[in-house]
Amino acid sequence: MIQMNWFVTVVGLLLIGVIAWYFWGPKKGGSLAETNASGFQEAKILVKNGYNPSRIVVQSGKPVRFEFTRIETGACDGMVIFPGFEKSATLPAGEKVIVDLPPMKTGSYDFTCQMGMFRGKIIVKN
Amino acid sequence: MEAEKTQHMHEHHDHEHEMMTGHIKPEQGQQGESTEELEYRSLMKKWWLAATVSVPVILVSYPNLFPGLRELLPMGSQQLWWARLIMGILALFVVIRSGGQFFVGTWEGLKQRSANMNTLIATGVSAAWLYSLVALFWPQIFPRPEMADVYYDVTTVVTALVVLGSALEVKAKGRSSEAINKLVALQPQTANVVRDGKEVKVPLEEINIGDQIIVRPGEKVAIDGTVVSGSSAIDESMLTGESIPVEKNEGDEVFGGTLNKTGSFTFKVTKEQKDSALANIVEMVKQAQGSRIPVQKVVDQISSIFTPGVIIAAILGYIVWYDFGPQPGWVYALIVAVTTLIIACPCALGMATPMSLTTGIGKGAENGILIRSGEALQIAQKLRTIVMDKTGTITEGKPSLTDIVPLGKFTEEELLLISASVEQGSEHPLASAIVEKAKEKGLTPVKSEGFNAIPGHGVEGTVDGKMIYFGNLKLMKEKGIPLDGFNSYAASMADQGKTPMFLAINGEAGGIVAVADIVKKDSLSVIHELKSMGLEVVMITGDNERTARAIAKQVGIDQVLAEVLPQHKAENVRRLQEEGKKVAMVGDGINDAPALTQADVGIAIGTGTDVAIEASDITLISGSLEGVVRAIRVSRATMKNIYEGLFGAFIYNAIGIPIALGVLYPFTGILLSPLVAAAAMAFSSLTVVLNANRLKQLKLKFN
Repeated sequence: MIQMNWFVTVVGLLLIGVIAWYFWGPKKGGSLAETNASGFQEAKILVKNGYNPSRIVVQSGKPVRFEFTRIETGACDGMVIFPGFEKSATLPAGEKVIVDLPPMKTGSYDFTCQMGMFRGKIIVKN
Repeated sequence: MEAEKTQHMHEHHDHEHEMMTGHIKPEQGQQGESTEELEYRSLMKKWWLAATVSVPVILVSYPNLFPGLRELLPMGSQQLWWARLIMGILALFVVIRSGGQFFVGTWEGLKQRSANMNTLIATGVSAAWLYSLVALFWPQIFPRPEMADVYYDVTTVVTALVVLGSALEVKAKGRSSEAINKLVALQPQTANVVRDGKEVKVPLEEINIGDQIIVRPGEKVAIDGTVVSGSSAIDESMLTGESIPVEKNEGDEVFGGTLNKTGSFTFKVTKEQKDSALANIVEMVKQAQGSRIPVQKVVDQISSIFTPGVIIAAILGYIVWYDFGPQPGWVYALIVAVTTLIIACPCALGMATPMSLTTGIGKGAENGILIRSGEALQIAQKLRTIVMDKTGTITEGKPSLTDIVPLGKFTEEELLLISASVEQGSEHPLASAIVEKAKEKGLTPVKSEGFNAIPGHGVEGTVDGKMIYFGNLKLMKEKGIPLDGFNSYAASMADQGKTPMFLAINGEAGGIVAVADIVKKDSLSVIHELKSMGLEVVMITGDNERTARAIAKQVGIDQVLAEVLPQHKAENVRRLQEEGKKVAMVGDGINDAPALTQADVGIAIGTGTDVAIEASDITLISGSLEGVVRAIRVSRATMKNIYEGLFGAFIYNAIGIPIALGVLYPFTGILLSPLVAAAAMAFSSLTVVLNANRLKQLKLKFN
C-alpha cells in the first residue's frame, strides 16, 4: 500500500501545482481594443459567469469605451465596478451597457463584479 | 493577428447579443417581471426537483435507519444495488437539471483562468457522484465492503440546498435594491401637456423644455419645472423624506415624481428628464451603492485567492487523510475533500459589504439622505465632532418677527399695522419679515407718505397722518424720543439674539418690534440627540458673539465659533481636525463649500445649491436638521452591519474549513458530513443577505 500512498501524494501535489499555476500564474495576452471614429478605444465584453474577454489591452492616453452585454440572469454579476475610477454600472440581462473611462496611464486596472468574485483587467500599454 | 482575433470576438458577441435580446426582453415585457423574479422562479423549480429526488435518495442511501426499508432492501442485497443504480441515475439527472449552472459557471471561469463558487460546488458534487459510481460498479477495489457506500445523497442534497440558498439570496437581494427601484418607479409615464392651446396626454419622452404641463390633485408631477399659474400643496416626501406637503405658488420649483395634493396648477418644464432631480438622485444612489469602502480592499485581496486556495486545501486534506488518516483512507479522504469544497463560502465574504452598503444607502435615500460613497459612510460612522453653520442650518436663514411690545397707548395689532405700512416700501430683509407677519394676521398695510430710509438707523414716514420713526436706538436718540427706561426690554431682546426696533408715533415711544432669524423647530431636539449620541456639536458663524451665544443657548450648544469670516470656516474645521477628531461640517450655501470639502464628512443641507451638493459627501434633501441624525444613524447602522457580515463570513470560513478538513478529528472524533457542510454553506450566505436586510427595519426618525 506504500506505493499507493506515494502515488496519491505525488499526484495530489502535482495537481496543486497545476491549479496554482493555472489560476495564479502569469497571464498573457488579452484582446486589443479597437479605436473608433470618435477616438474611443472600444471593446465589447460579454458577461456570463465572468468577463469575456477578461483581459483588455488598451493604449495609454486615449479614452476607453466598454460595451457590456450580460447574457445570463444570475444575480452575481449584475453590476460591474471599476474601483480605480469610482465608477460602476448595473448590467440588466440582455442589454448593452456602455461604460466610458478616461485616458489612462500605463499599468493595469481591475474591474470586478460587486462581490469581487468575477474579475477583469485593463492592461494599458504605450 | 491580435486585431483579427478581436474582430472575430466582436462578431461572436453581436451574434450572441442578438440571440439574447430576441429572447429575454419580450419575456420581461410580457409578464412585467424583473430578471430577478425570473431567476428566483427558475431556481425554485430547480430546488423542488432536487428536494423531491433527495427524499428517495436519502432513504435508499441509509435503508438501515428506516424500519420496513431495512427488510425490503437489506444491506448487500441485489434489490439495494438496483435501487441505488436508479438513484444514481436520478441524482445525475438532478445534477444536470438543478445544478447545471454550477458546471456552466465553472467552465466559463476556467476559460478565463479563474475559479469561483461554482467551481467549488461543481467539483464537490462531481467527486461525490463519481466516487459513488465506482463504489457501485467496482466495490471490490475497496478493502472493506462498508467503504463501498454510495454518496448520491450528497450530490442531490448539496445541489438542493445550494440552489435553495441562491434562490432566497436572489429574493433578498432584490429587496435590498428595492429603494432604487421605488425611486425609478416614481416618475409617471405621461403628462398633460398644453399643445396649441389644447391639453394632450403626451408620453414622457416627448416632453420638451418649455412645455407647459397641467397637474391636477392626486396626479404626479412628471418632470422638473417652475409653476406658472395656480397653486397647490405637493407631497415631496419621496425625494425629501419629509411627510408634510410643501406649498407651491407661482414661480416655485416643482420636481418630477412628487405628488400633487390639493390644487391644480400649470408649470413650465425647465429640465430634461436625465437632468431632473429624481434622475440625479437615482444616479447618485446607484453610484454610491456600487462604490467601494476601504475595508473592502482586504476582502478583495482574500477573495481573489480564495477559491483556488480552497481547492488546494481540499487536495492537501485528501493527501494527508489518505496517507495518515484511519482506514479506509479512500473514504475519509474523499469525505474530507468534498466537505471542504462544499463548506467554503466565498459568497458570504464577497457579499457582506455590497449587500449592506446597497441596503444602507438605499435606506438613506428613502429618508431624503444622499450618501455619495461608501467611504463617506465609513467615515460618518467615526465622527466625533459636528460643526454646524448657524444661518440657514440651525436657524431658518431669514428673519421673522418674534415680538411686539406695546409701550404706550397702541395695541400690538395697531403697532404691527403701522410698522408694516411704513416698511412696505423698504427693501430691507427685516422689513419683509414685518410685512409678511402683518399679511399673515390678515392686516392690509395702508399707504405711507414721505417714506425715507435713513441708512444705519431705520426709516421714517407718515401713516394715517401720524409721523412715524421706526428704527434702532440711535434713531430714537437722534429724534429725541423719550424711552423712559424701556431700553431694558430692548437689551434683553438683544441678549436673546433678536434685533429690536423702536416704533415712535408722533414723537412718543409706541412700542418695540423685534425681528430675529429664528431657530428651526427641530434644532434643539436634533442637537440634544446628537449630544446623546456622543457627538460634540460646535456652532460656526460670521455673526457677532452676542447673537451667536444667544442662538447657541437656545439650542443647547456650548461651543461657539463666532465672527468667523466665510473664507476662514475651512481653517477652523482644519484646526478641529488637528485635535485628532473626525469632523463633519453641516452647511447650506456656497459660502460653506470650502469648509464642506475640508471636513472629513461634508453634509449639505436643504435643497441647497448645486455647489454645496458637489462639495458634500452627504446631502440632506429636506431642509430639516433631523437629517444629520438620520445620516449618522444610517451610517453607524450600515457599518455595524457590514462588520457583522464580514466578521460572520470570516469566522464561518476560518472555523468551517478547518473543521471540514478534520482538525477536530484527532481530539474529538468529529468529522463533518458533506450534507451538514452544504446546509451550513447555504445558510451562511443567506445569513449575510438577511442580516443586510435587517437594515431596512432601521428606525431613523426620533421624534
